[in-house]
Amino acid sequence: MQLVINGKPSSLEHVHTLAELVAQLRLDGRIAVEINAEIVPHSRFASHLLHEGDVIEVVQAVGGG
Amino acid sequence: MTDNLVIDGKTYQSRLLVGTGKYKDMEQTRAAIEASGAQIVTVALRRTNLGQKAGEPNLLDYISPQRFTLLPNTAGCYDVETAVRTCRLGRELLGGAALVKLEVLGDEKTLFPDVPETLKAAEILIAEGFKVMVYTNDDPIMARRFEQMGCVAVMPLAAPIGSGLGIRNPYNIRTIVENAGVPILVDAGVGTASDAAIAMELGCDGVLMNTAIAEARNPVLMASAMRKAIEAGREAFLAGRMPRRAYASASSPIDGTFFS
Repeated sequence: MQLVINGKPSSLEHVHTLAELVAQLRLDGRIAVEINAEIVPHSRFASHLLHEGDVIEVVQAVGGG
Repeated sequence: MTDNLVIDGKTYQSRLLVGTGKYKDMEQTRAAIEASGAQIVTVALRRTNLGQKAGEPNLLDYISPQRFTLLPNTAGCYDVETAVRTCRLGRELLGGAALVKLEVLGDEKTLFPDVPETLKAAEILIAEGFKVMVYTNDDPIMARRFEQMGCVAVMPLAAPIGSGLGIRNPYNIRTIVENAGVPILVDAGVGTASDAAIAMELGCDGVLMNTAIAEARNPVLMASAMRKAIEAGREAFLAGRMPRRAYASASSPIDGTFFS
């Protein structure tokens, strides 16, 4: 499946849900995720199905003022 | 004497709010925030590094969300949509915490707020249940507008973000404070401890700063200085300063001198 993750086109196999993507990318749980500019709550990671061409943003807290 | 800062119904003993940007490393960030005594700490939201930097330290390992009130900011946002999306991401990241620092910037040179866009973003966020602490100009009329629309704190700038120029318009800050029914915090522009003390002497409820601490030669020591300046300025405000006079007024008795 072709996705755009944090601005980079990515091709991923065997990934159907957002939870599977998070696991495959070995992401820390302290993230927030937006797909096609809509928030996906942590509670829906397991049920949220990914679609071809989805634009995914994964963010975390960093230093800022 | 109990003299606490209350924001959105939550009580804080410290009136100093600090950012977490521009530090040398996470350990210095942690040490400076510890020395500052701050209880509200701002963070930015940025893309997670995917792949190549797995296992790099996470800010939240150093600044515990259990111990501090984390305030996600919208730094770097120049339009309503990105600011609103950033706040939604922040709320999700922090497990539903609705307190956000809203800033919608006008241009990169000044980082001055784009106030009409900030108003639009604040309206959307408040309707979505966010508790908005808003960065704005030192304009008393706009400060009042933000209060009336439901922002939980109004945060006028002292000077441009990161400039360290101090309070450029103390009369406006005082007017904003006099008119306000929500906490007024100076956000941005403080350069050193005396600037923070002046903000508090003007009656501000608190000061939010980042660069003044992080870019000091010794950030941890400056954080400690800022903590004291905020406390000293607050006490001076509450104590009520003496009137200014054009000429001297002797402190020792004028009667009873042994020379005549």
